[in-house]
Amino acid sequence: MFSAKRTISDLRVFSRGYLRNKFGLFFGLIFPVILILIFGAIFSGNSSGTITVYVQNQDTGPFPTQSMDVATSFIDALNHTGTVNVQLVSPSENFSRYLADHSSSDGIIIPANFSADYLASIPINVTVYGNPSASSSAIVSGTVIGLANEFNLRRFNGSSIIGLTQTTVNTEQTKYVDFLIPGLVGFSILVSPMFSLVNISSEYKKIKLFKQLSLTPLTKMEWLASKVLFYIVLSAVSFLLMVAVGVFAFGAHVTLTVWLIPFLILGPMLFASLGMLVGTVTKNPETAGVVGNIVTFPMMFLSGTFFPISIMPQYLQSIAHVLPLYYIIEGLNAVMVYANYAQALLDIAVVTVITIVLFVAAAKVFKWRE
Amino acid sequence: MLPVEISSVKKYYGDIKAVDGVSFTVEKGEVFGLLGPNGAGKTTLIEILEGLRKRDEGTVKVLGLDPWENGYELHKKIGVIPQEFTFFEKANPREAVKYYADLFGVRVDPDEILKEVLLDDSAGVLFENLSGGQKQKMGLALSLVNSPELLFLDEPTTGLDPNARRAIWEVIRDLRSRGKTIILTTHYLDEAQQLSDRVAIMNHGHIVAMGTSDQIIAEHGSGERLEIHGTEKLADHIKANTELKVDFDGKDLISIQLNQKIDALAALAAAEQSGLDWGEIHTRRDSLDDVFVKLVSGIMDEHGEIKTERNNRKPGNQGGSR
Ligand SMILES: Nc1ncnc2c1ncn2[C@@H]1O[C@H](COP(=O)(O)OP(=O)(O)OP(=O)(O)O)[C@@H](O)[C@H]1O
Ligand SMILES: [Mg+2]
Repeated sequence: MFSAKRTISDLRVFSRGYLRNKFGLFFGLIFPVILILIFGAIFSGNSSGTITVYVQNQDTGPFPTQSMDVATSFIDALNHTGTVNVQLVSPSENFSRYLADHSSSDGIIIPANFSADYLASIPINVTVYGNPSASSSAIVSGTVIGLANEFNLRRFNGSSIIGLTQTTVNTEQTKYVDFLIPGLVGFSILVSPMFSLVNISSEYKKIKLFKQLSLTPLTKMEWLASKVLFYIVLSAVSFLLMVAVGVFAFGAHVTLTVWLIPFLILGPMLFASLGMLVGTVTKNPETAGVVGNIVTFPMMFLSGTFFPISIMPQYLQSIAHVLPLYYIIEGLNAVMVYANYAQALLDIAVVTVITIVLFVAAAKVFKWRE
Repeated sequence: MLPVEISSVKKYYGDIKAVDGVSFTVEKGEVFGLLGPNGAGKTTLIEILEGLRKRDEGTVKVLGLDPWENGYELHKKIGVIPQEFTFFEKANPREAVKYYADLFGVRVDPDEILKEVLLDDSAGVLFENLSGGQKQKMGLALSLVNSPELLFLDEPTTGLDPNARRAIWEVIRDLRSRGKTIILTTHYLDEAQQLSDRVAIMNHGHIVAMGTSDQIIAEHGSGERLEIHGTEKLADHIKANTELKVDFDGKDLISIQLNQKIDALAALAAAEQSGLDWGEIHTRRDSLDDVFVKLVSGIMDEHGEIKTERNNRKPGNQGGSR
């Protein structure tokens, strides 16, 4: 009785209609990419990995030989750490005024006589301006301390015994982008099919389009299958777009394996069914919209979409565990970030069960005719 | 086997008796017009026949099938224009016809079907941008895709301009000449009269009259009348001097029931003899419009007979010329 041919015919008409609707296209494909760009930009603020720091060099010499200008070599060395990006400020400026004018809290003053005192082994202080609550300030003072130690040792011809390879500064940010992609992929798997099916199933019911379709040989299973197929394809396309943006714009680390496929198939199917269910059990499109939002919004924020649920209080974490999207995002993280396939398998199992239950329920509740 | 056989069909919505014991049959090749005021139950009845609603009681056979039980099978053989036809906003008529053809598994030329219903000039316009009449035409086009032997057209011409209406009439006549059976609802009595072999007038879930329009007029109409413009005094005079049934409308119209044409002579002789003034005279008989208005606004007695207060009839609502 199920005809693939009819399903494809319906799919063709539906996808053509979708592509003609700029709004749907925006939410299906463009919006997730914008989200990646926004969140990626926010949380990897200095994507080059350097912090701009203003340096006022008050040690103007005079220096009989170039090698006696220790202040300049100190600043050069600072610049070469790769951690900070030095912006020189003229010695005539009022430094704290200058920092305020440039909305910056990170600054360093090299005092006058710095070079002479250094060469004469007279203790001298470098002043570091910073904001105690900003992580960038900690990085700046850490860098300056490290550099000062190095110069101290060098003065007495010593050398560091414990060296340092500086690669850790970027990990915090990279981690966030890596984590952001599975979350936002989950977000787009949720939003497009869910909102769309809530909307069309209640709207078609209201304008009696289902009744009309029931007068053709198209069955409601075929109709539902065509919607599910459509959103699987849409999710796959939006997944690829998001991964591409994440990788090329933010250097995200993403593992692509066949393990992703179950999530990209089951996810849209799950939320298309859930949307269908909401649109069917509600009386009119307005109620459907409200109920749809009530179901969708908690899931949107509590499933680990924009931030890891481990940072949430315990009671919110418990709520997250009953949200289907949580298992999809957990699974995507397991596959894409941690390569933890035992975890992924467990998530696939949970998602499969929820999907089957919702799909069967939707197909049962959904009526073509009166 | 008749295309449509129904008897004692009932459908209640709580206290509302949408369809309350309807029986009729429709012959093959017949155009059957269903008339009735808003809320009479036409759409409910038609949708029961299409298998879209479940009857509460009665038997229904459409093309030999029970529409509710065997809807899927039935739908391949019937064509339907629902009242207030709608479609996917972002599809155009050509794509819609193609879509239906794919679903029914038939090969058709979309442009040919669209030409037939005079929609070929808008074949590429998205449904959301079609005018109301163009949408109706698209509905008709879709109902033809599977070459159905039986068509249900629920108000196919509502909202159409006179030209488009006539075009749809042509399509319906053509279908009839090809032996298709058609059940049609309409609020236009001329349309019912022009197109239908038989009409049924529905009111409050009942069929109150059924047959050819001539039969209905003969059965429920008032027969031929002589109308004289004159005073009540004149009316009384005629009444006193003839055996005829004379009505006065309370203003200036005297209406005299003619059992035979010669009765007109007696009435006029009495009028002349009265010495009173009288104006224009003419004879007229009820049109389907008159009968319809009487049937649906009249009070029915327990036998289903219509009692109308002829004396209260206002001049002008009979459509007679002055
Ligand atoms: N689903 C329903 N629920 C409740 N009442 C209904 C339902 N469908 C129809 N009715 C009622 O049944 C009666 C008949 O409605 P129906 O639509 O059949 O009338 P109709 O003759 O087609 O009228 P119109 O000429 O306005 O289209 C109306 O009183 C209507 O309110
Ligand atoms: Mg109706």
